[in-house]
Amino acid sequence: MTTYTVPESGLTSLTAAELAQKIHSREVTSREVVQAHLDRIAETDGEINAFLHVGAEAALAAADAVDRSLDAGEAPASPLAGVPLALKDVIVTTDAPTTGASKILEGWMSPYDATVTRKLREAGIPILGKTNLDEMAMGSSTENSAYGPTRNPYDLERTPGGSGGGSAAALAAGQAPLAIGTDTGGSIRQPAALTNTVGVKPTYGTVSRYGFLAAASSLEQAGPTARTVLDAALLHEIIAGHDQFDATTVQRELPSVVDAAREGASGDLQGVRVGVVKQLNRDEGFQPGVLSSYRAALDQLAEQGAEIVEVDCPHFDDALAAYYLIMPCEVSSNLARLDGMRYGLRVGDDGTRSADEVMALTRAAGFGPEVKRRIILGTYALSVGYYDAYYLQAQRVRTLIAQDFEKAFEQVDVLVTPTTPTTAFKLGEKVADPVEMYNFDLCTLPLNLAGLCGMSVPAGFAEDTGLPVGLQIMAPAFADDRLYRVGAAYEAGRN
Amino acid sequence: MSEISRDEVAHLAMLSRLALSEEEIKLFAEQIDEIVGAVAAVQQVDTEGVEPMSHPHSIATAMRDDVLVPTLTAEQALDQAPATEDGRFMVPQILGEE
Repeated sequence: MTTYTVPESGLTSLTAAELAQKIHSREVTSREVVQAHLDRIAETDGEINAFLHVGAEAALAAADAVDRSLDAGEAPASPLAGVPLALKDVIVTTDAPTTGASKILEGWMSPYDATVTRKLREAGIPILGKTNLDEMAMGSSTENSAYGPTRNPYDLERTPGGSGGGSAAALAAGQAPLAIGTDTGGSIRQPAALTNTVGVKPTYGTVSRYGFLAAASSLEQAGPTARTVLDAALLHEIIAGHDQFDATTVQRELPSVVDAAREGASGDLQGVRVGVVKQLNRDEGFQPGVLSSYRAALDQLAEQGAEIVEVDCPHFDDALAAYYLIMPCEVSSNLARLDGMRYGLRVGDDGTRSADEVMALTRAAGFGPEVKRRIILGTYALSVGYYDAYYLQAQRVRTLIAQDFEKAFEQVDVLVTPTTPTTAFKLGEKVADPVEMYNFDLCTLPLNLAGLCGMSVPAGFAEDTGLPVGLQIMAPAFADDRLYRVGAAYEAGRN
Repeated sequence: MSEISRDEVAHLAMLSRLALSEEEIKLFAEQIDEIVGAVAAVQQVDTEGVEPMSHPHSIATAMRDDVLVPTLTAEQALDQAPATEDGRFMVPQILGEE
């Protein structure tokens, strides 16, 4: 019988750090590791649909290059050299199509690599393929993919979350030991919570956005996902850093998250102040099984020596409203480039229609309902007469949310919340109700508005549904190391 | 509350270059009305004297060294175009006949 969660033995059961150790000591080859994951994908992805494209040939070629270099006695190009990875299909690659799970970019080949892609290649990380997502990273369930939803390896009837459901499901199924996601309002952390995996949204400005299919540029950031905190840290250090092709990346020394993860692995949290956000520490709107796992996590952090303090962030109650104005406004502007003129789909160009008409037909045929909804909503909120009342007001609320975080971090080192209000919901359950779907991002999106960093780390399984629960840890801008220190300690305390 | 009419969605779709079907226009009018009802909560927040925030960090214009680096060739840039002619993107008519 096929099981869809991580196998109990064999190369696909191991963490990235374990695989790297075996590859670098030449106990196994990178090719063997890559082939084992390709086999696992072939075995399970018909059901899970985590991948939109599998690049077996390119991945094996990259693995062979690593093997040759190690056989020649050279030092590994990075601590993860030879360990394969799944890349969210919103990051461009020259050797595989990049679609954003949209029909408007079906089969599109980028003429250049994203900076993240380039860094992965330079680190000797073979890319297994491109993972499924909600179209243009807009959604919370991967049901907005134009190529069918991804299924949760823990229950195939349910969503793995979104937008990065493909990357999260690939990890949870043992199809890949590492994956890259992007997080605009929770698209890394929320799927991590639903699939018992680790997902990190780095501080805004620390990972280059060059070569992303941009949707909401002031909010989104790529980040590492894995099955352990240490693996995420190792990947984090490879992708982070200033990039001359992204003017929003900062030129500053970033703390070592790998050191922080190793330090945290001792499990000691003496002297660490952990803040519980009053506004997200309530019964209303939260599934009882999520709350009991969350409260057990708080008890465990306290047992490990952390001081638990309640903090007040009054404007978090308005974060959802501010986010679902700012995000669609940026989308309506950003996606104007997808017009069928220079690349991608073109519809209705029969010689009788104007460019305007062809653009409108192309975009209507190429975009799915959620993308269209957000474009219309953003265009509305940016219209003359509504701009001040909606967009500008949302930006003022954004300032207040950032100030709430600042005040909270004067009292504590990190903040914690449940990552999601419930465990994974059934496919189809929320599709007809966009507002209900948006509410699912309640806990994750305040952080994006302020540009800070956050992690979701596995917090066991809910006693009512038996499905995975995530603990969200949040830290100030450029203090990503705190996520890893506390996340690794919590992970060690659970084992 | 019904703030968004069918006609308004049709107008916004035109501005956004989306040739929506009549069914989509009606559905979006209902759904966007509901979404706007929810996000209008921002208007209840007291923001007297609060500066709007468009971006997480203050950004300065980043400068790079003024050196020649390889860029995309014309062939690479045109490679994925729906239509090309004489080394250029070919697009439908933009201006009127007259």
